[in-house]
Amino acid sequence: MSDSTANDVGVATDVGVATDVGPATEAAPTKRPLLTPFNIIATLILLAGVAAGLYRLAVGLGPSTNLDHVNPWGLWIGFDVMTGVALAAGGFTISSAVYLFGLKEYQPLVRPAILTGFLGYFLVVVGLLVDLGQPWRLPYTFAVQAGPTSALFEIALCVALYLTTLFVEFTPAAFEWLGWKRWRALVHSMTIALTIFGLILSTMHQSTLGAMYLIAPSRLHPLWYSTHIPVHFFVSAVIAGLSMVIFESALSHRVFADKVEITHEKLDEMTIGLAKAACVALGVYLAIKVVSVSLDNEWALLFTPYGHWYLFEILGFVVLPLIGYTIGFRERRPTIIRVSAVITVLGIVLNRLNVSIFAYNWQLPAHERYWPHPYEIIVTVALVTFGVVMFKWIANRMPILHEHPDWRGDH
Amino acid sequence: MSISRRGFIGGAGAGAVASVAVGSKAARAGGGADRFMGHPGSMGLLHDTTLCVGCRSCELACTKVNSKPKPAGPLHDKSIFSKLRRVTDKLYTVVNRYVKAAGKKPAVYRKHQCMHCQEPCCASVCFVKAFTKTPEGPVLYDPSVCVGCRYCVNVCPYYALGYEYDNAFNPTVQRCTMCYTRIKKGEEPGCAQACPMGAIVYGKREDLLKLARQRIAKFPDRYVDQVFGEHEYGGTSWLTIAGVTFDKLGLPVNASHKPLPELTAGFLSIVPLVITIYPGLLLGFHAWTKRKERLAEQERLAAAAEAKAAAEAAGATKAAQQKKLADSRHAKAVDLAVKKALAQAAKEREAESDAAKKEDTP
Repeated sequence: MSDSTANDVGVATDVGVATDVGPATEAAPTKRPLLTPFNIIATLILLAGVAAGLYRLAVGLGPSTNLDHVNPWGLWIGFDVMTGVALAAGGFTISSAVYLFGLKEYQPLVRPAILTGFLGYFLVVVGLLVDLGQPWRLPYTFAVQAGPTSALFEIALCVALYLTTLFVEFTPAAFEWLGWKRWRALVHSMTIALTIFGLILSTMHQSTLGAMYLIAPSRLHPLWYSTHIPVHFFVSAVIAGLSMVIFESALSHRVFADKVEITHEKLDEMTIGLAKAACVALGVYLAIKVVSVSLDNEWALLFTPYGHWYLFEILGFVVLPLIGYTIGFRERRPTIIRVSAVITVLGIVLNRLNVSIFAYNWQLPAHERYWPHPYEIIVTVALVTFGVVMFKWIANRMPILHEHPDWRGDH
Repeated sequence: MSISRRGFIGGAGAGAVASVAVGSKAARAGGGADRFMGHPGSMGLLHDTTLCVGCRSCELACTKVNSKPKPAGPLHDKSIFSKLRRVTDKLYTVVNRYVKAAGKKPAVYRKHQCMHCQEPCCASVCFVKAFTKTPEGPVLYDPSVCVGCRYCVNVCPYYALGYEYDNAFNPTVQRCTMCYTRIKKGEEPGCAQACPMGAIVYGKREDLLKLARQRIAKFPDRYVDQVFGEHEYGGTSWLTIAGVTFDKLGLPVNASHKPLPELTAGFLSIVPLVITIYPGLLLGFHAWTKRKERLAEQERLAAAAEAKAAAEAAGATKAAQQKKLADSRHAKAVDLAVKKALAQAAKEREAESDAAKKEDTP
């Protein structure tokens, strides 16, 4: 998914604006061509997604998905929610590093990461609403009857609060764009509090997404099931956040060449620094995965078909990028680092899909296993596309990739 | 004597377990049990699979009681067993043939439905608390609050919940209610009443457990020495006994005796610690970072000031020297000028006196 998104952006020949972004298009200071390949493809995907979403609302989940009584969760939960939340972890990772741990040289990466995080969580909620049987009842968990014994209750609460937090963290860019100086100053004064709040909420719900599977030891394959799964989810979310920031910043540098301020050399320097952090995080992740297999004594399972699949995930998407990041960092090779980042992101996607779909219900016979319906895939692709379009629309207008001249150096 | 001693040791063991388990103080105070053992006097059902002939009368009765469409195919049609069927939103109970007839051994049929767990997963994972374990035994579901997340359907270890996927605007979870309304009126559940073989027995759970144990003890060759649902995942209101091991009957292999909700409860109990510890910890980190920055800044300023002072000091010396030099030069210049002026004056005086002499001598 991420790969195709990357291509969509890659083929974009200029920094155009999608046709469906409203009247502000006309207000854009410079007239950009509307009929770019990116805009045409994105519009078609979005229209298809809206159509599929409306169809789902009109006829219910039965005809529009491949979900059934033994596979009630599919792509919309496995990718849109589980994976989406992990890939949106860049916001809390980078803002914590910069504002709490004093790594100020990464400041230029904060705003794109916050924006990606906000759009990511927004899409998670949209994806969830599409999947819920009665989406209009989502507030019931807060307003009608709370079920605090559920891991999902904690996630609902955290995601609602964190989406709000990310929105507030994003607003300074919008306020600078609008010229609302007082509001900008107010939100700016809350930076540390917001960052701490974001880190608390992220630690909680990133790990609790893994904890949702603690209750199902008989349905999730033992190699993926672990009493440590909340820790696996949290550490891999940090890895996802770092890798997404490396991948995205390289992409933005190319696509928004007229918007970025930092030089290629500065970006390479930051990329190398992030690779060092990703090395440590991936190393820790590999270690805790090995610890889990050891503690549960599941070595013999590695020699089964599911074991091979597990090894494919670990060797191909943890060990390989770990080596890539190490070489890239030590030899100062940003390209190797960027390739490793893409592999890592794909690995996180694979891991979340394994836990929620491929290694879940693993004991069911083949004819009862789940495979997404085309409509499910269309909606998911459309959501990702919408995120990319929104990022482009905002980054083309607001001071995301560059500093606003009125607030230069004021962080 | 031996039984009472074993009971005593067991009680001590339970106490020891309870003392390490989090949040068990109340349980220990309440009589030594470390977990909920079900409401006393609650009802249950026992399915004796050795008596079941796969007639599916229970399926038909169930659909009648719950006003659902009739089960597929004529009841005598055994071809329906060629495929494993699942509980759905329209069929709360299904009979499956798990072990095909081989030789003289009869086929084994097992009726499946919601097991009505003592500590249900579905109730634990529901974020709007739609499920309740009633004192009578059934686990009940409240469709009026259900959001439709289907977490309950996804984690049930028995695959016993159905969801109305074809209902676009008011889909709900559908499952066996243990005929709650009937048993409240003192009637038997529909399936138990319909079973022509007496394979489904309705009664108090503790009595059914005794009955099951009696049957196993009386016919040890006929039964596997296990009552499925006595302890599995904390126990269920539906109990099953069989002549083959339960993994052959589509039930979870090596199901632990620990209620599944406990697996999540341990983790969720840690969550408040994140809220309470993180702010202090992170502000500490932030303060530490700030302090490092401040110290670095102070050091920088101090170094700069020192350099400046040194430079100034050096500058002052130089200036003094220059002044001295300048002063001496100035003094010399003054001397010179004075000498020059004196010489000039002397010259002028000489010239004047010469002129006076000339005037005096015309």
